[in-house]
Amino acid sequence: MTTTSPDVEPAPEATEAPAPSRHAGALVTVTYGQEVLHPSLDAYLETIAALQAEGFDMCVDVTGVDYLERPARHLPPGVLPERFEVVVNLVAMDPPRRVRVRVQVPEPEATVASLWNLYPGTEAMEREVFDLMGIRFAGHPDLTRILMPEDWEGHPLRKDYAIGHVPVQFKAAPPTR
Amino acid sequence: MTSIDESLGAPDPVPDDADDQQWADAPVAGWVGAAETSEGSQELTDRGATDPLNLLREQGAVLRLPEGVAIDPTDIDIETSEDETMIINLGPQHPSTHGVLRLMIELDGETVLRTKPIIGYLHTGMEKTAEDLMYVQGGTNVTRMDYLSPLHNECVFAMAVEKLLEIELPPRAVWIRMLMLELNRISSHLMFLASNGLDLGSSSMMFYGWRERELVLAFFERVTGLRMNHNYIRPGGVAADLPDDWRDDVLSILDVLPDRLEQYDELFTGQPIWRQRSEGVGVITKEQAIALSATGPILRSTGVAWDLRADMPYLAYDQVEFDVITGTVGDVFDRYAIRLNEVRESIRIVHQILDAMPLGDYRIQDSKITPPPRSRIDESMEALIHHFKLFTEGFTVPAGEVYVAIESPRGELGCYLVSDGGAKPYRMHIRAPSFANLQCLPVMMRGGLIADAIAVISSTDPVLGDVDR
Repeated sequence: MTTTSPDVEPAPEATEAPAPSRHAGALVTVTYGQEVLHPSLDAYLETIAALQAEGFDMCVDVTGVDYLERPARHLPPGVLPERFEVVVNLVAMDPPRRVRVRVQVPEPEATVASLWNLYPGTEAMEREVFDLMGIRFAGHPDLTRILMPEDWEGHPLRKDYAIGHVPVQFKAAPPTR
Repeated sequence: MTSIDESLGAPDPVPDDADDQQWADAPVAGWVGAAETSEGSQELTDRGATDPLNLLREQGAVLRLPEGVAIDPTDIDIETSEDETMIINLGPQHPSTHGVLRLMIELDGETVLRTKPIIGYLHTGMEKTAEDLMYVQGGTNVTRMDYLSPLHNECVFAMAVEKLLEIELPPRAVWIRMLMLELNRISSHLMFLASNGLDLGSSSMMFYGWRERELVLAFFERVTGLRMNHNYIRPGGVAADLPDDWRDDVLSILDVLPDRLEQYDELFTGQPIWRQRSEGVGVITKEQAIALSATGPILRSTGVAWDLRADMPYLAYDQVEFDVITGTVGDVFDRYAIRLNEVRESIRIVHQILDAMPLGDYRIQDSKITPPPRSRIDESMEALIHHFKLFTEGFTVPAGEVYVAIESPRGELGCYLVSDGGAKPYRMHIRAPSFANLQCLPVMMRGGLIADAIAVISSTDPVLGDVDR
C-alpha cells in the first residue's frame, strides 16, 4: 500500500521458508500463513491421495485460474508457470487445518485428473471449473456444463473471453428506427 | 428411381459404428482437443439410456459414489425396467424449490429412485463481474450472491482483501462485524424456519418467521441504510459506525426472540404431526456428508461438530462462548432443530457482543484504503484528493493469492482471491456452501417418497443466488 501507480511492478508475495520443503511429494510454499502445495501435473493425483490418507477428509473447493494476462507469479523454484492453474482446498477436521494445492495445467489440452474417485463431492465443482474455465477433468463421470446452458460456446471465466460492453453514448445516439 | 437413390447414397453404416466404438472405448480421451463447447446433456437420462455401470454407481445422478463408498451396490434397483419408472421435473418454477432450482426426479410409483439437480437458471457471471470491479466496489457484487446472508458474503470478501493487504482491523470494527454477522445468521435461520414451515404445510410459521426476521432487517436498515444487499462490511472495516441507540434496538430484538422461539417449539418441536413428517426423512450419514463436501447444518446434523467459528476462529469468535449444535440422525428434523437452536446460540453470542463492544474506530484510519470522514473533505484538500482517488481509482492490493473461509448460515463460505497488484481482483472465486450442499439431495431423497422430497429440499436451505452466482 505504498504506491497507487499501476505501472510499478508489484512486490512478490510474502513468503517464509525459502528452502524448498516437501509435503506429500509436492513443493511447499507458505503464503500469508497458509500452506500451499505445488505438485506436478503427473503427481497431482498422488499428492491429493497422500493428503487424504494423512487425514484431509474433505475437499471443500476446486477452482481454476486463467493466468493468460499475468504469466509471472509466485511459484517455488522448479515449478514452471502454465496458463491455467487448478486450485484445490482440502480440510482436515482433527486437528483442524487446511492445505491448498495449486497445480499448473498447460494448454491446449488443459486436462487434469479428476478427484472424483477420492472426493465424490468434487463432482459439481469440477463441472463448474470445466464450464467456466474450460479445464477438462480426466475420469470425471459427467463432465457437462453446470451453470451455463448446454449449447453455450466458450468458457466465460477465461481471460480471452470478452466481458461485453454497451458503449456509452456521449452524443445523441442515432435513433434505432 | 434407383439411380437417384444411388446418387443420394444411403448412409454408410461403417463410420457410424466406428464413431460409436470410439466414444464407448475412450470417453475421456474424446475430451482432449474437443471443440470448445460441450453440448453434453445436463439432464437426467432415461434408465434405458444410462449405461449399467453408471446406474450401478449412482445412488443419485450427481453422486456416483465410488464402489467402496456406496452403501450397497445391490440396492440400486438395476433390475427395474424403464417402463416402471417415470422422470418428472420439479421446478425451476416451483414454490418449494426456493427460487429456480430444477430437479429431475425418477419415480417408481411414489418412491424416488434418482434425482439430479439442474442449476444455472440464476447464473449471472458474478465471478466474471468481480474481475471488472475495484476492491472498493466488490462488496456490492458479492453481497448479491447469497441474498439471505449478504453480510457474510461481504465479510469473507473483505477479509480476503485485508489478508492480502496485511492490515489489522481496529477492535470495534471486528466486533461490529461479529454483531452484524450473528444478527444475519438469526435472520437467515428465521427465514429457513418460515419457508420450512410453509413447505411442510404450516402457513402460520411462514408468517411468524417473516415477522421476526423483519425485526432484524429493520435494525439492518437503521445501521446500513438497506434491508438487504448492504455493502456495509468493506475492506478496512465497516462503512459506518453503529447509530447512537443501537444497543436498545438490539436489546429489543433479543427480548422478543426467546419467547417466540418457545412458541416455535410448541408449534413444531413437540408436535406429533411435525415429527412424523420430518423424523427419519432425508437421512444422510456422516461419511456421505463429508465425502460430498457438505458443510454447515447438514454436516452438523450427522453428528460432526464442525463449525468454523469454533474450529478455525476468525474475527473474535475465540473470545465468545457458544455451543456447536449437532444432531444424531442426520434427518430433516435434525436440520430443523439445529437451525432453531443456532438462533439461540446466536442470541447468546450477541449478548456477549453487547457487553464486550469496544470503543474506537470502526475502520482503519488509512486514507489509502478507507475514505476520510465526510466533514474532513470540506476543510482539507488532502482529504478531498484521497476521497476522489479512492472512489475513482480505488486502492491497489499487493500481488498474491489467498483463501479465506467463514461459517455462513449455510456452511463454509470461502473466498479465493488472486491479485495482480492492481485495483481490481485478477480472479475472485466464492466457495458457495449451497452449491456444494445441493449434491446431497440425491442421497437424501433416494428411497423416500415424492412428498418428502419437498421436506428434504427445504431442509438443505438452498439459496439459489448462492448456488448459481
